[in-house]
Order: sequence, then C-alpha cells, then structure tokens
Amino acid sequence: MSLIDSVSFPRSFRLPRLDGLIQWIVPLAIIAIWQVASVTGFVPTRVLPAPSDVMLAGWKLLLSGELVRNIWVSFWRASIGFLIGGSIGFAFGLANGLSQLSSKLTDTTLQMVRNVPHLALIPLVILWFGIDESAKLFLVALGVFFPIYLNTLHGIRTVDPQLIEMGRIYGMSDGELFRRVIFPGALPSIFVGIRFALGIMWLTLIVAETIAASSGLGYMAMQAREFMLIDVVVLSILIYALLGKLADSASRVLERLMLSWHPAFQKR
Amino acid sequence: MQTALRTSLPETELASRANFAPHARVLREERPAQTSGLPLSIRALRKSYGDNEVLRGIDLHIPAGQFVAIVGKSGCGKSTLLRLIAGLEKFDAGSISLGDAVKPEDIRVMFQEPRLLPWARVLSNVEVGLGRDRSSSDAHTRAEKALTEVGLTDKRDQWPSVLSGGQKQRVALARALVSRPRVLAFDEPLGALDALTRISMQRLLERVWRDQGFTAILVTHDVAEAVALADRVLVIEEGRIAHDVVVNTARPRERGSAELAGLEGSILSHLLSADDRT
Repeated sequence: MSLIDSVSFPRSFRLPRLDGLIQWIVPLAIIAIWQVASVTGFVPTRVLPAPSDVMLAGWKLLLSGELVRNIWVSFWRASIGFLIGGSIGFAFGLANGLSQLSSKLTDTTLQMVRNVPHLALIPLVILWFGIDESAKLFLVALGVFFPIYLNTLHGIRTVDPQLIEMGRIYGMSDGELFRRVIFPGALPSIFVGIRFALGIMWLTLIVAETIAASSGLGYMAMQAREFMLIDVVVLSILIYALLGKLADSASRVLERLMLSWHPAFQKR
Repeated sequence: MQTALRTSLPETELASRANFAPHARVLREERPAQTSGLPLSIRALRKSYGDNEVLRGIDLHIPAGQFVAIVGKSGCGKSTLLRLIAGLEKFDAGSISLGDAVKPEDIRVMFQEPRLLPWARVLSNVEVGLGRDRSSSDAHTRAEKALTEVGLTDKRDQWPSVLSGGQKQRVALARALVSRPRVLAFDEPLGALDALTRISMQRLLERVWRDQGFTAILVTHDVAEAVALADRVLVIEEGRIAHDVVVNTARPRERGSAELAGLEGSILSHLLSADDRT
C-alpha cells in the first residue's frame, strides 16, 4: 500500500483544487494591475474607474435591489429565448437530418434567412413588437436558432452509416435506431451548436436591451451612460463576462456528463 | 428486417440438392454430431450495380454447420455474395434459401470494422446482438456469457474506445454470437488486425464454430486463413464460382503444415492464372 502511495505521489502532488484555480490567475492579475494603474493615476478614473469603485457601485446597486432585478430580467429573457429558438432549431435540424423531403422543402429557405444578420431586424422588430418582452425573446430565439439548427443537422448527417447499418441488421426499430445510434452520434455536434448559441444569446440580448428596453442589464448600462455613471457601465460589462463564462461552464458540465464515452472526455 | 423471407425452393428439391452435394457427407463426420446450423441453397443468383454485373449466376449448396471460405480478387463479387446471403441487399434474380422458419436473429454478420457503439459500454454493445430479446430479463446474463466465450469478461464496463483493435473485434464477435445464430457471415473480419492478433482470432473463430455448430461463411482475401479455417474454399472469379476446393485436413490444424501449404499454393495459382488470362 505504502509502495503504491509513494509511486503515485508525483501525480497526486498536483492538487486538483489548485488545477481549478489556475484559470483565474490571469483575470485576477489583470484586475490587480488595473487597480494599481487607477490608484497611481496612470489611468484617469474618468476613462476607466478603479476596480474598487466598480465593486462599490455594484455593492450599492445590490443593496438597492436594482442589480439583482436587472440580472434576473436579463437571465430570464436569455433562457426563455434560448429555449424557444433552441427547440425550434433542434426540431428543424432533426427533421432535415432525418427526412430528405423536409430538407428539400425548408433548407434553402433557412439558409437564406441565416445570411441576414439577425440584429439588422431590430428596427423591424421594434415596429412589430414595440419594446415589449416579445421583441427581445424574438431576437434571442432567432439568433440562437441557427447554430443549433446547423449543428444538429450536421451531427445527424455525419453519423457513421456503418453503425446505422449495424443497427438495422440487429433489428432496431426506427425509434430505437434514433435513440441508440443517431441521437448519441449527433450529440457531440449538437453541443458545439449549444456553445455557439450561448455566445450569440448574450450578444443578441445585450444589444437588444441597449436599444429597446426598460429593464435588464443592457438597459442598466445605457441608463448609466446617460448619467455618466461610468463605474456602472464597467460593472455591466464585467457582469456580461461572468454570465457568459457561467453559461459556458454549465454547457461544459453537461457535455462532460453526457459525452463521458467520448475519448476527449476520458481522464488519462 | 426481412432477412429470412426469401424465395425458397420447394422442400423436395432442397432435399435432393443436399443429397447431391458430393463432399457434404464426408465432411459431416468431422463436425459435432448436433449442429445448430442452417443449410444454405443458392440458385442462379444474379446481382448488378447499374451496368456492372457483379454476380453472374451463382449456384451453391452449403450443408448445415459447414465452414465455407470464399476467396477471390477484390471486386470479384465475394463481399456482394455475403451481403446477399446476410440479407443486407436485394438480389436481381435467382434464389437464396435458408430452410424454413428462419428468424432474423438466426443470421449474423461480422464486418472488417467492429462497428461498436462508442457511447455504449462493452456489455450493452453485446446486448445489441440480442435483437428483439434485448429488453428481456436475461439479456444481461446472456450478454455476459457471450463475453466470457470471447474472453473479455473483465472489460464488460469499459467504453469501446479504450479497447485494442483485437478486443473490439472480439466484442463484435460476442455481439454476433449472443443470439445463438445459425448462420454467421464474416466479411474479412480479421483484415484490419496485426498478424499475431489475427492468428489468435482465427483460433477463437474456429473454437466458437466447433462449440456452437453454426454454418460459417468467411469472406477473406487471405488464402492461408481460408485453408486454415474452412472445410471448403470457394474461389470466385468474375461473378461465378470458379473452383470449389474441399479441405479435408483434420482439426485442430497445424498452421504452416505441408498439406495446408500445398492447398494454399494451388488455390493461389488458380487466382494468379486468372490474372494472366485477363
């Protein structure tokens, strides 16, 4: 036992907790340098407030409840828009990946729509929906739709045909073939789509909120600009970064759980 | 899948064809007394892909439990013949008959690639082979038994990606065996393996065939492998059976013996002489 311990010691020497912290060294260092630059007056606070000021602004907004409310509103819009656009994209991806007819019928149209930058629709969307919730949800759903659609379609189309033949030989029904062969085979590609979509989700939402909204993080930043509250503007930007990181981490955890068979997710 | 439903010959004709197969009786003594295998009768079988006629009238009778190897140059139609027997493709004319009351689970195919599901553990990959029975209560025990037969019990909970090429192919063999097939078709199953793994896999194939007594049809480009394993070697040239060679050597066979080497040489010269003619 002790022999095994001493042999495996060099490997366990790298503490796993430390591994998780390594990724935060660079962001923390940047904040530290930034703080020093502000305090010494190297960067004027009119251009960029010190991190301590930003934190103070955050603390005040937190106490007033404004911060939590705005984050919650944005989070809610993002998730609902993502769910709507993601499920429609997934459904079209499935249909067009599995059925020739469906693909012939809709793929060309979808490809044309895809090439319109969805943010270019903002003026039209404001005319249609005003600055209502549905305007933001519509834009987020539209932005999220394409990466999920394209990657689901690609995933299904590239499932190994030899495995499908194998499934047929072993008497799998269509449903079983989908559940046991096609869907798991398409899953890695679907996850690529989800991670792309999460990025687009925040981008769309923030742009939509800065242009047409009366609540949310984007609105908070725009209001702050009106009143020259540069610390709140910077705070909003930092929160976007954190939320984006959070969404990405969540999808990674999900990926790791569902793709544990994949060689890329196996330890050693 | 409608693998089993073919145009089948009338009973009487089938029986008479079985009697006419000249070497069938000689070979039967070598095999286990009770064979679970199915006899196979093929008549005037034709298959084309577009203008390319791949099989130009194959007539063949394989007695139950026989181990038949099919050799030939690439593109001669040997894999097509195997795919037709396994019911993977439809033929244009002729008939394939496997006796009556054949279930889909009775015929299994093993390919050059293992074709394992990467997202299923080894044991559930084997369970796939049970066909319609895979949700039955004894699926686990049956799959475990098949894994034991190929000597991979300790890998049951592994992902396929961690297995070696030979181990993957043994899992594929266990998956093919788990439903106790009566015809097992091999499409160059050892083609991608290294020489040593290949020899141990050949021994494994021979052992399970002797234990279970299914009818085995092995397509291979390796003539040495064909004479080492088979009761009978068919040489296919240009879509027809050009030679039908009986291998009477007693089992277990000694690899590299003069007898097998002589047989291998004569089959190879058949193949090469066909090359000269074209």
